[in-house]
Amino acid sequence: MREFAYTRARDVDGAVALVADNPGARYLGGGTNLVDLMKLGVERPELLVDVTGLPLDEVTEDDGGGLRVGAQVRNSDLAAHPLVRHRYPMLSEALLSGASGQLRNVATTGGNLMQRTRCGYFTDPSKPCNKRVPGSGCPAIEGQHHNLAILGASDHCVATHPSDLAVALAALDARVLVHDLVGPREVPLEDFYRPVGDRPDRELNMRDGALVTGIVLPPPVAGRSHYRKVRERASYAFAIGSVAAVLAVEAGRVSDVRIALGAVASHPWRARVAEQSVHGGPPSAAAFEAAAEAELGAARPLRDNAYKVPLMRNLIVAVLTELAGR
Amino acid sequence: MTRTWQTAPAVGHPLTRIEGLDKVTGRARYAADIALPGLVYGAVVPATIARGRVRGLDVDAALAMPGVLAVLHQENAPRLTDIGEGTLFLFQSDRVAHHGAPVALVIADTPERAREAAEWLRVDYFEEPHDALFRPDHQGLYTPDHVNPHLPTVTDKGDVDAALAGAAVVVDREYRTPAQHNNAMEPHSGTAVWADGRLTLYDSTQNAYGMGQTLTKLFGFDPGTVHVVSEHVGGGFGNKGTARPDAVLAVMAATLVGRPVRVTLTRPQLFPLTGYRTPTAQRVRLGADADGRLVALEHRAAMQTSRLLEFVEQTATYSRAMYPADNLRTGHRVVALDVPTPRWMRAPGEAPGSFGLESAMDELAEACGVDPVELRLRNDTTHEPASGLPFSSRRLADCLREGARRFGWADRDPRPATRRDGRWWRGTGVAGAHYPARTAPTVAHATALRGGGYVVRVAAADIGTGARTALTQLAADALEVPVEQVRMLIGDSDFGRAQGAGGSMGTASWSWPVLTACHDLARRLASGEAVPPDGLTSTFDSTEAVGARRELARYAFGAHFAEVAVDVATGEVRVPRLTGVYAVGRVVNPLTARSQLIGAMTMGLSCALLEESMVDGRSGDFLNHNLADYHVATNADVRDLDVAFVDDPDDELNPAGVKGLGEIGIVGVPAAIANAMWHATGVRQRELPISPARAAL
Repeated sequence: MREFAYTRARDVDGAVALVADNPGARYLGGGTNLVDLMKLGVERPELLVDVTGLPLDEVTEDDGGGLRVGAQVRNSDLAAHPLVRHRYPMLSEALLSGASGQLRNVATTGGNLMQRTRCGYFTDPSKPCNKRVPGSGCPAIEGQHHNLAILGASDHCVATHPSDLAVALAALDARVLVHDLVGPREVPLEDFYRPVGDRPDRELNMRDGALVTGIVLPPPVAGRSHYRKVRERASYAFAIGSVAAVLAVEAGRVSDVRIALGAVASHPWRARVAEQSVHGGPPSAAAFEAAAEAELGAARPLRDNAYKVPLMRNLIVAVLTELAGR
Repeated sequence: MTRTWQTAPAVGHPLTRIEGLDKVTGRARYAADIALPGLVYGAVVPATIARGRVRGLDVDAALAMPGVLAVLHQENAPRLTDIGEGTLFLFQSDRVAHHGAPVALVIADTPERAREAAEWLRVDYFEEPHDALFRPDHQGLYTPDHVNPHLPTVTDKGDVDAALAGAAVVVDREYRTPAQHNNAMEPHSGTAVWADGRLTLYDSTQNAYGMGQTLTKLFGFDPGTVHVVSEHVGGGFGNKGTARPDAVLAVMAATLVGRPVRVTLTRPQLFPLTGYRTPTAQRVRLGADADGRLVALEHRAAMQTSRLLEFVEQTATYSRAMYPADNLRTGHRVVALDVPTPRWMRAPGEAPGSFGLESAMDELAEACGVDPVELRLRNDTTHEPASGLPFSSRRLADCLREGARRFGWADRDPRPATRRDGRWWRGTGVAGAHYPARTAPTVAHATALRGGGYVVRVAAADIGTGARTALTQLAADALEVPVEQVRMLIGDSDFGRAQGAGGSMGTASWSWPVLTACHDLARRLASGEAVPPDGLTSTFDSTEAVGARRELARYAFGAHFAEVAVDVATGEVRVPRLTGVYAVGRVVNPLTARSQLIGAMTMGLSCALLEESMVDGRSGDFLNHNLADYHVATNADVRDLDVAFVDDPDDELNPAGVKGLGEIGIVGVPAAIANAMWHATGVRQRELPISPARAAL
């Protein structure tokens, strides 16, 4: 691996100033993904700017009943935080389903959102990959893709986003706090990630060198929530499909529903079609099945990942049915 | 350190590992931990094509990088003798035989600098079309002369086709198992040091003596030149069974630069360079009478090998020794592809082969309406079916009965897909198991020290099995002294010829000369022989004694029982319970024996549900070449594991009466789980791994 310089950021503005003008610089949070990518030669930064010392490690309540989570809050601390467990139990479920205890102890909230795909072609510099080397091609489409995207992919890339946390955040309508040379701003999580299109290397809607400083969770909505992750082994594996959902039922009708899907697209997939299908109707298995089918009508599976379509259909139905029955 | 136990005799007691404290405190030094003055590091440059030639290397650019001392490659590498081991015949031509094959080694003052330069080294290839995808109907499949280790390719008894045509019940099915990799925790690492005309190699190997012999022949060294040391080995599962490229490259590099050189393979480099289990495609045909008694059994298997070395997994040999049929045929075919060479992985042959036969037996039980345990009891025998040789002992029926009792099999409802428990379908399954009980020639030395105490030396390897501890117990009993008085030295090729830690042959082979030398020493001491200043030593070489044994079929037997739960919506499979019951001769140390078996059962579970090395056909590479993407079972996947032994006195083995138990715990476990999957869901699983994609209903 390449030799690199390392510095600790003293404040957000200073960190952004260091990174924004230097294409060879990267922010270092927990390093659980970046350092791996450096060892593999996928990332070859000249400078690491360690942002873990910035005062972004707190969870605070805002006036309206929402929460602001600093980007440097560790995954394990966020999952265990009493306010998170009380108001957004789905968020704790999602966090605790990810990685391992050791990794969660160092991985940060901001870093979790910034994870790169684990597609085997992306993580191996000896292979072509449009996300790593634009224009080099996507061998996954004809090659190994059993756990790659079925929704929103393109002829240029079929990668999936690995985060569990981000799926729960998408269902919770979270906003991402971003700081760039212009200053701070908030981006809805749904807009934080860009559609794949023909530039899968451009993953985020923020300026080069921008720093994620935190997330904002709106006040919790009525209803019950659940995050369920399906993976090939019982622990320490990325999802092959996951569902984050919030469901509220009033007088026998679905009064509020939010659904996000994981491991199916290049970003957390907000299932708006399914939500519209379910909203206002009866919380019945038939209604949930119809909603899942409607959402997955857009699915374009590849040779070896078509199993994900019925898997996601069944998972959506199972999670919504469980929430309706609680 | 105080030991929690102390009584004599030692054998049969659960002595904790002698080196356990050293290992958990980090004091134990593995091959890549040995500190040496002037040590430098080699990093492999792997080929990025699957077939072709190296046209050129930009050596100068690499040499200009910080810390780089040399680049080893075809033009400056020592010339080797072709010993028929293509995977070790490194840098002898410009040919590239598979993706990931070494094309150069960069030597630098730190591992990081070596690796950085290796990544930057530009290689110019002449690429040729390649074929890296195994297919059961591949046009290139042929019948090899023999299968691993040196077994006949084909056995044929009676008239299988006629018997099948006349059988009341026939099962004819195909089964598939994928490529799998032995992912030990400790990486392969070799460190070569020249001093005073001798070459010392610190290596992570299951076979220090064998490695020394191989390197001597390969490099044309004078006998006695090479000294291999492997005091501690962090797992191997077969892919450290003989010399691997790390050792050859370290020796070449140390010779080139005149300094100690360490070559440690990365996890991704393990996949193409150290061996793996071949994918298999198996066809099993069973013919039986209406009661389920076999009249015909045919087991044919197709595998892959590389273009460097013909290695043929003995997949169908499992059916030569398990269930009797008057008409019995087994056969193997193999295809040479542009892939890395498959080699031994825990229970080569028996592990994939048992998936075929034990799955087919479950299908036969279903077809005959006979309980699967009862079906196996009806097909018990006293003679090895293919050879007709009598078994030295065969306690399969005891294992099945004891397993059924422990597991609670008696009240089982045989109907499939009838047990729904919330989100889960539940079911249970069974499979038999066997593994050959072999013994190989070995030399050991037992020395009485003048100041008291004993040193026993044998070139054994403890790859995490507890072998050092078991040998100490055996030696202590033979010397009639407490275990504290015996120091067991292993992992050193200078101790003389020894079987490696493989084929479940380690303890069976090493204990023979250890016991005999210790007995001889005890006799000499008892007769009043004086202990000279450098100790009194008895040496025994078991070669003649091993060769003088009568011809018998010697096997360990076992039975595995599994319970599965299958998620109705997602196809997630959980295994709440596994029971394994074994007849393995004498159990020297019940604690380490149990650990061996729960480890093997876990690996069997892992093979059933998770493990698969995925080939990218375009590059010829194993794409999931890391432990994030190549899934091995985690603690969360493993629930209740129950291990028991049945008495298996067998005087026809070796003086210690041991059969070896490193491998039998993996044999049949995937079939037991697949059979339980059918019982749970009503769907047969004939291809591994049983991922949610396959298990989904």
